[in-house]
Amino acid sequence: MIDFPILSSLILLPILGALFIFFSKSKSNSYTTIKYLALFVSFGNFILSLYLWYLFDPTTSDFQFLEERTWIKGFINYKVGIDGISILFVILTTFIAPLCVVSVNNNIKNSLKHFLIAILVMESLMIGVFCSLDLVVFYLFFEGGLIPMFLIIGIWGGERRVYSAFKFFLYTLLGSVLMLVAIISIYWMTGTTDVMYLYSIGIEAKYQNLLWLAFFSSFAVKTPMWPVHTWLPDAHVEAPTAGSVLLAAILLKMAGYGFIRFSVGLFPIASEYFVPLIYFLSLVAIIYTSFVALMQEDMKKLIAYSSVAHMGFVTLGIFTFTQQGIEGSIFQMISHGLVSAALFFSVGVIYERMHTRLINSYGGLVSIMPKYAIVLMVFTLGAVGLPGTSGFIGEFLILMGAFKKSFLVATIASFGVILAAAYMLWLYKRVIFGKIINQEIKKLSDLNKSEILILSILAFVIILFGFYPEPLLNTTNVSVKDFIEMYYNNINFTKN
Amino acid sequence: MTDLNFIYSELFLAISIMSLLIIGVFKKNSSNLIYNLSIISLLGCLALIFSFPINENVELFNNSYKIDYLSSFMKILTISSGIFVLISSNKYIQTININKIEYPILALSSILGMMVMISSNDLILFYVGLELQSLALYVLASFNRDNLSSSESGLKYFVLSALSSGLLLYGCSLIYGFSGSTNFFVISENLTQDDYVLTFGIVFIIVGLAFKISAVPFHMWAPDVYEGSPTSITIFFAILPKIAALTVFIRFLYVPFLNLIDQWQMIIVFLSIASMLFGAIAAIGQSNLKRLVAYSSIGHMGYALAGLATGTNQGIQSSISYISIYLFMNLAFFCCLFMLRRDEKYFENIQDLSGLSKNHPLLSFCFLIVLFSLAGIPPLAGFFAKFYIFSAVIDQSMYFLAIVGLLSTVIAAFYYLRLIKIIYFDKEKEKYETNHNIGLKLSLLISSIFILFYFTYPSWLIEIVEKINII
Repeated sequence: MIDFPILSSLILLPILGALFIFFSKSKSNSYTTIKYLALFVSFGNFILSLYLWYLFDPTTSDFQFLEERTWIKGFINYKVGIDGISILFVILTTFIAPLCVVSVNNNIKNSLKHFLIAILVMESLMIGVFCSLDLVVFYLFFEGGLIPMFLIIGIWGGERRVYSAFKFFLYTLLGSVLMLVAIISIYWMTGTTDVMYLYSIGIEAKYQNLLWLAFFSSFAVKTPMWPVHTWLPDAHVEAPTAGSVLLAAILLKMAGYGFIRFSVGLFPIASEYFVPLIYFLSLVAIIYTSFVALMQEDMKKLIAYSSVAHMGFVTLGIFTFTQQGIEGSIFQMISHGLVSAALFFSVGVIYERMHTRLINSYGGLVSIMPKYAIVLMVFTLGAVGLPGTSGFIGEFLILMGAFKKSFLVATIASFGVILAAAYMLWLYKRVIFGKIINQEIKKLSDLNKSEILILSILAFVIILFGFYPEPLLNTTNVSVKDFIEMYYNNINFTKN
Repeated sequence: MTDLNFIYSELFLAISIMSLLIIGVFKKNSSNLIYNLSIISLLGCLALIFSFPINENVELFNNSYKIDYLSSFMKILTISSGIFVLISSNKYIQTININKIEYPILALSSILGMMVMISSNDLILFYVGLELQSLALYVLASFNRDNLSSSESGLKYFVLSALSSGLLLYGCSLIYGFSGSTNFFVISENLTQDDYVLTFGIVFIIVGLAFKISAVPFHMWAPDVYEGSPTSITIFFAILPKIAALTVFIRFLYVPFLNLIDQWQMIIVFLSIASMLFGAIAAIGQSNLKRLVAYSSIGHMGYALAGLATGTNQGIQSSISYISIYLFMNLAFFCCLFMLRRDEKYFENIQDLSGLSKNHPLLSFCFLIVLFSLAGIPPLAGFFAKFYIFSAVIDQSMYFLAIVGLLSTVIAAFYYLRLIKIIYFDKEKEKYETNHNIGLKLSLLISSIFILFYFTYPSWLIEIVEKINII
């Protein structure tokens, strides 16, 4: 059992599926076959990841399922492994991917085959990001994701897709190249890029600030933090539904995960030093982008801005360096992954029927699409963070952690919760309630089978974790505790 | 006589060039035969190199000719890319009607010149090799006589190249005057630190070499010559002379003048930064694919020079792995260009790529990986090439060079992305022909597989390159 390379299989399986699809003959009537094939692969991967969770031992903070192979000889080893911090992201990825595959339908006009390949490749790379325990391997997966995402936005996107795809690609690349410089510098300073080894030896205090900033430049763009968040609304709006879901649910989490694993883990002193910067940027993100979200006319844009605000909570939580804060951030990322995915799916549902994302062309959907109105309610409340949904737990824990650190910061952040309620409920009101002004709406049909499947699964999970967060929190608990302990040890060690 | 035993490969190539010439003169309509024979003689030459113990280190002809691991590796690179070039451009030269007997023979002569350059350990010998290579290339550049721009490019290359050769010779004579010898070893022994005239000599030679690899500010010829020459010669220009010139760069800077590194390091750093930035920025406005490749290769040479600027073995090794990977990427790119054929015409404008993915998914996929690889996006081979370079550069704490280099990759990514955008996002045009000959398909397949799957086992190139120890 231990010899079975379960993480590598998780990473490889979708790629193999993609290769298989690539070489299968594509005819127009075999579209469903390809789709089922992709579904089979991604669902198989999900089952495998659940098995991984089952095998996972939450009572230790050590990295588990370690695999190490020589990769670039004498230089870099391919090393993967997971702990309580990363396992949930792996499961989130494998959970979202099959839903994306299900959501793909005939609206993807040209080459459905290639779209599915792109999604599967994307899945592989994202799992790789969360598993890798070597900086170079991490960078490889982190950057590799740009290629399929660029194509997903550019080929299958909306009207301004070219602009958005370029913006997405160049922003992220610009942020990341500095991280590459930092990674190579770390290699020459310490002789290794192995994260576990780096944790144990630590990095000299005088270099930490610069290295931290280099990593920050990459993660801040990807998170995205204010003021480098502007690529996100564009990318979200123009990407096809499945693309937006992948972006919001998983891609953004890579940066949050990177902040915990690398910024805080490797550079504790610099993290401590830059706390005011992070708090400031997070608060701006929470308050300012919430106001921006209030004023949006476009549903996808509104959700995109709300993502920025939610990720602001995440960065805030991480840099409290408290048990609640970091655990809450992880929980918030998982929850936001589910909720934002659900919201983008929901927007996709009506967009496919009406071909408009403008809020004021809707209204009164409740009488035409009652089922839709119910699930959207759940997701809206999840995004607001109402008790009983997963969104609540994350935000609550983060605010708890923040209150420990600074009363002022936590108070300001709390206003974000109110603003979130304002823009989400207002969106719900304008879309679902009110009089039917647009006569087109009367012709709409309610959810079809695959849409019900996707949305009800998501609604179920969001409510489930709202009432019963134990499985997630149990998994992360010990790892986060030891992580924080290591953090304070490192700080005290270098101070003495 | 014993010295001759070690240069069988060069002798073999020289003899085959002469005999091919005789066959060509006496046999009518033998151009196809000569073409195939020249590929075979390159293969034979390759086999001869492999038949010698590759790790052996010998100096021949009074230390003026050197066979070591570096030279063998670079010769193998040169010859095999020569083979690939000839195989893949066969159909092209038939179509545009330049399939004459002189064509492959001239190509072989320039390869012979490159082999001499690669092995040379002496300024005179190096110059002889360089001229043999260049003379053949002048003729090749203007080989499409009926085409005005081809003739123009040949002439332009000739004039500018002659100027740079003049500078180079002047540098050689200065060095000879101040060290009393043309041999690299003797120069390094007779060297005194404070000879500023010697520095002048180094600068002149660097200028001449920078011209050959088209580093900024000696790049002016490249875009015009790349665009004007027949595509089968452009690919030649883009790959082969760069390998040879880079080897000479390494030998020249690191054998006699390593102690003067303070004098030349800044020059190389400047050339490198200027090339990276200029290559990235100037390529943005181009509409001709060959011209675009010219600028992109200027940029890529900047990265290769960045490795050289470090003054360490590791830097040399990274430059060599860079050029090896660069070779495959360019080969793949030109193979893709050779496939844009319709009604006996080849297309080389950016807009001709529009919507290629709709009609030719496989070809566009090859374009896609080549372009992303040229842009240096992981996990493709181009990323590793840049990764080696920057790790060597950062090891020497040359952070400025590294950061400028990486930022220029972001700028360069823009125009590669623009090509991908045109291929994948734009409206489709007419279909191209798909009946390509097997050699072209094979070259594209091999180079694409190399680019795509390099990441699965990157150690092999490192293992080869690691054995190159100049210092």
